[in-house]
Amino acid sequence: MRKLLLQSLLQVPLTVPAPAPSEAALAELASKVDRAARRRLGRSLSIREVDAGSCNGCELEIHALNNAFYDLERFGFHFVASPRHADVLLVTGPVTANMREGLERTYQATPDPKWVVAVGDCGRDGGVFAGSYACVGGVSAVIPVDLHIAGCPPDPLRLLQGLLALLQTA
Amino acid sequence: MSDGSRLHAALAAGEFVGGHRPWPRARVTPELWRELIQGLAGGAWSLLGFWGEPDAVHLGLWEESSGTVGVASLSCQDGQFPSVGRRHPPAQRLERAIVDLFGLQATDAPDHRPWLDHGRWPLAYPLAETNARARPLPPYAFLPVEGESLHQIPVGPVHAGIIEPGHFRFTANGEAVVRLEQRLGYVHKGIESLLRGASVERAARLVGRVSGDSTVAYGLAFARAVEAATETEVPERAHWLRALMAELERLANHCGDIGAICNDAAFALMLAHCGVLREKVLRASAVCFGHRLMMDGIVPGGVSGDLAVEGEKALRELLAEFRRRFPPLIDLYDNTASLQDRTVATGFTRPALIKQFGCGGVIGRAGGRAFDARRQPGYPPYDRLEFETPVLGDSDVNARVWIRIREVEQSLRLIDQILDGLPAGPTRAELSQSGETREGVALVEGFRGDVLVWLRLNAGGEVARCHPRDPSWFQWPLLEAAIENNIVADFPLCNKSFNCSYSGHDL
Repeated sequence: MRKLLLQSLLQVPLTVPAPAPSEAALAELASKVDRAARRRLGRSLSIREVDAGSCNGCELEIHALNNAFYDLERFGFHFVASPRHADVLLVTGPVTANMREGLERTYQATPDPKWVVAVGDCGRDGGVFAGSYACVGGVSAVIPVDLHIAGCPPDPLRLLQGLLALLQTA
Repeated sequence: MSDGSRLHAALAAGEFVGGHRPWPRARVTPELWRELIQGLAGGAWSLLGFWGEPDAVHLGLWEESSGTVGVASLSCQDGQFPSVGRRHPPAQRLERAIVDLFGLQATDAPDHRPWLDHGRWPLAYPLAETNARARPLPPYAFLPVEGESLHQIPVGPVHAGIIEPGHFRFTANGEAVVRLEQRLGYVHKGIESLLRGASVERAARLVGRVSGDSTVAYGLAFARAVEAATETEVPERAHWLRALMAELERLANHCGDIGAICNDAAFALMLAHCGVLREKVLRASAVCFGHRLMMDGIVPGGVSGDLAVEGEKALRELLAEFRRRFPPLIDLYDNTASLQDRTVATGFTRPALIKQFGCGGVIGRAGGRAFDARRQPGYPPYDRLEFETPVLGDSDVNARVWIRIREVEQSLRLIDQILDGLPAGPTRAELSQSGETREGVALVEGFRGDVLVWLRLNAGGEVARCHPRDPSWFQWPLLEAAIENNIVADFPLCNKSFNCSYSGHDL
């Protein structure tokens, strides 16, 4: 283990440079994010991830944000275990009827000020699952959404661009 | 059929259905149905799948001794069928799902509680011929637990980590878990209903999203079922490229799992290093096939795009990197006593249960069940490739880590052979059209275990009915057994070593 740790110390970091925040995301956020709320939160945001019926593809890429290449925490973001500790809800999936209440209650348990980011094509409008009896279809059909990050699934850089836009408007 | 299969001999007492490929399907009488259930209960064959239609139920069966697959269908004219779960517990959840979706009744069923229907859908029995109004459901009745000093811990559906939703009800005596009961169905998306009447192209996209981490396996199983139904010959190069994608998917997921299991024992160093390797696999996959998870890379008839020009170089570099970086990680796992202390003897799963449930994948192979669909029933190009299927008998978290480690090594070996032997030629064939109703079934080895897809195409070539069955159906129930007598704090470790799919199970 010591050898492995030593090698890691001597290595050049794997972390990729920060991408520019997404223009589309900035535009979507411009009218929505309250200035006072942003001042209160500063540049550190706690994220609670909620799977509201995804195929788990989005979860894999959200996980990747924590690896050495994307290292989300360098930007002041970190994932928390409870909505009560969260500033941002990162929601995936077409919102199944069976998860609707879970999502609503998670939202209610998140203290203000808070933002909701809908991740993936399903989170926007239900994606390939739109029209099913078992899906509500899109996160915004259940709770107010501040930002959509498209993709099936969005790759980590795209996720990062969207989240950085959230910080930039702060 | 004279192929030495007792299963096929038993099915021959029924009436074989024409146009069902590659394995036979027979319509059976209620008496023969009971006989087949007896065979399941007695261990003559194991359950591959159990799915419904508005007026029939189908049993997919696997006979290990002869390596044969068969499907038995029972028509339910009065809306009833004799319960399979009564005699063979692995069928219970599938049976409850059939009741929820089709409104058929399993007579004599041991458990009448709904499974996928949480009372939240706008209608009841969504896949039945005529839709019924939503049924009011009482609160879910968890199994009673009696004894002194017991307390319950309800967890989920929203969990603490970045994972899928589901509910776990623990009953503990002090630190020891005396019972875990799972409540799933939260991510039920109604995929089988969306598949009805879908074009083959749309259906392929849907089935590719049943469980995102297994998108290649599902894509392959769906494509192979369509190709079996339509008797389409897939070009040789496509077979090899499909295997390349499947092994990359296995590599990426196993790396992620090995790291995540160690992380659940608070050994974050492994997660960091395995996370780097996983990321490199995803990047190489994106170079080769244009998508990190290779979604929609496999299509009925072949593959959607050829290997990119820079693909081979990226893969050779990836293999070299793995051979340099992976062995020290194995040593690290093997030589860290504090980590072994958590994984050895934790989450023991009785091999008899594994056999009874026909539990595949890493969990099966860590508990002595050697089943690997790439070998048996088998599909190309694996018959031309050399690889081993690792099998262990300890059936604990440690054994499941080691199976993954060995399978990473075998996938590297397979990718090497695929790059060396990749034949030239076309990568996609047209599906043959016949203007008749045709049925197909396929069994494919994903990273999690065997994925089954059964489908019927109508005369116009659209999907009339399709049922994808995730390996998790036969793994989730074993997690309930594996956690018994372990401490609550070891549940994440046990759960991660199983890594069942919620989405794949809930459909």
